[in-house]
Amino acid sequence: MKPAFWFALRKTLPPRSKLIVGSCSFLLPLLIWCLVSYVPFIWHPKIQITSPGDVEYFQNGMLVDAADFVSESDNQRQLGKILPQGVPANPVYLPAPHQVALAFYTAFSTEPKQRDGLWLHESLWHSIQVIFWGFMISSLLGVPLGILCGTYPALARLFEPFTEFFRYLPAPAFGALAVAILGIYDGPKIAVIVIGTFFQQVLIISNTTRKLDFALLEASMTLGARGIKLLTHVVIPGILPDLYRDQRILLGWAWTYLIVAELIGSSSGITLFITQQARYTNFANVYAAIMMIGIIGLGTDLLLSILEKHLFPWERAANRD
Amino acid sequence: MNPTTPALPDYLNLSETVRERMARLKEREVVLEVRNMGKKFKTRRGDVTALNDINFKTHRRELVCVIGPSGCGKSTLIRILAGLESATSGEVLLDDKPVTGPGSERGMVFQGYTLFPWLTVKKNVMFGPEMNQRGSFTAEREARQWLELVGLEKFADVYPHQLSGGMKQRVAIARALVNQPRILLMDEPFGALDAQTRLKMQTHLLEIWKNIDITILFITHDLDEAIFLADRILVLKANPGEVAEMIEVNLERPRRVEDLTSAAFMATKARLTELIHAPVVEPDDGVQLHLLRMTDISDVVE
Repeated sequence: MKPAFWFALRKTLPPRSKLIVGSCSFLLPLLIWCLVSYVPFIWHPKIQITSPGDVEYFQNGMLVDAADFVSESDNQRQLGKILPQGVPANPVYLPAPHQVALAFYTAFSTEPKQRDGLWLHESLWHSIQVIFWGFMISSLLGVPLGILCGTYPALARLFEPFTEFFRYLPAPAFGALAVAILGIYDGPKIAVIVIGTFFQQVLIISNTTRKLDFALLEASMTLGARGIKLLTHVVIPGILPDLYRDQRILLGWAWTYLIVAELIGSSSGITLFITQQARYTNFANVYAAIMMIGIIGLGTDLLLSILEKHLFPWERAANRD
Repeated sequence: MNPTTPALPDYLNLSETVRERMARLKEREVVLEVRNMGKKFKTRRGDVTALNDINFKTHRRELVCVIGPSGCGKSTLIRILAGLESATSGEVLLDDKPVTGPGSERGMVFQGYTLFPWLTVKKNVMFGPEMNQRGSFTAEREARQWLELVGLEKFADVYPHQLSGGMKQRVAIARALVNQPRILLMDEPFGALDAQTRLKMQTHLLEIWKNIDITILFITHDLDEAIFLADRILVLKANPGEVAEMIEVNLERPRRVEDLTSAAFMATKARLTELIHAPVVEPDDGVQLHLLRMTDISDVVE
């Protein structure tokens, strides 16, 4: 690919290049991860003991700092004892790609350790439900309010300054309060997601509504549209595609609040799984679970974007331009 | 008229047929009357008079063009007539009833494309009838009828973004006319079109106007367009916007493309140019050109 390819200003890529460059977006980070994991002279600050020799506290499979390993080896050499053997290794918190890939499989196939523990898929399902209800409740209130604020300046003046103030309050700060009010189970978790999403939602959607070309409203008035019909027949259909895109972005934000939300009250869902696995130093599982969130998030977003093309056929050409 | 005559005839010297037509036109009922109408905008530097003491009448089935230099308030005028803005003094009467807000008895075609992008062409035209509770069956039948009239029946199920600029404005005209308004207000509707399409649209508009009972008030800044379309031209002057003259166009109907070069046309155009490009008394925006010659080629291009 010539330099002209990389620095062509806002030109649509041919589909093949699009696919290749797009895959590189995922393959490059993976490549870096592979390099760091599998090439022994890149990083590898630890030594994994393969034979402890005469060092008393070394054990097979143990990870020690490279410096300690060298000094212990020197000691043993001076004393004329058997030298320890080891291979360079990365810290325990950076598992290699194949370990994480394996964990994807084992995490789903391994029974939970405690008898009342949840399988990974059950944890995930629980998280998805919390997100769903949090986002649903937020949207049921936030979308109509946003549209009203964007349409009627008086309402915007009444609601927006307070909303603007409230959105700066970190949602997790309401965790303790939410537990006191809603108990320790899913109530406070959903509440934190609602608080984190709702205020942004009102502001973003009112802004989107204001961006609707006023000439469309004027045109509809000269055609005899009045009152509530302006809202139902012009404003709402007019902003629908943008509203949909806003909701997609907001859903992403709701996911970012999930982890904090799940730590509130009794830990649950994917967060409980992650914290437990980290406690047992099963970092491969931790990475697998984190990636799972990414995959679910990206997956729903892709699904929604495909759906978008079918929902709003009049937008298709506009987007292509 | 003898085309070889070098001197242009006086634009006020109407031909016999045109004079008779004007007399008949003025006998018809008054559809729109504007009385002592004025509009002031409040700005930080005090009130600015956009329109001052505007008076005119439009008769049934008349086609009036409004023309004037930029800033003469012609867009404000049409927006007040449509009810999208309110006058600060005087009144606007449609069939002797004062105009208080926008309504479907005054259709409007805007300069920008204002078709609803989420509706197909047919649904766009159906919008008015549906808003006015005409029932979806009637609405659809009327929409089809009007699309046929503007020659777009084949595009009924297409979205507006798939249409050319001229087609969009034809849909906009159909969308306004399906409501059977008393008057059709057009705010530089062909301003964004290329010259060829514009001429086609003008001829098309005259064709529609001839065949249905509609009064048209058409705003433009294009002198040719005004003369080609209008029965009478309302000329405004700027600062403040006032009526400079109401010119009766000395051209017979039906208008033909050849009229655009006729002597009568030229005479009217000369008069309009004189009115619109009158020397500016007030200092304008203060922008002056200080041009140095930025070329080292010795010859002068002019």
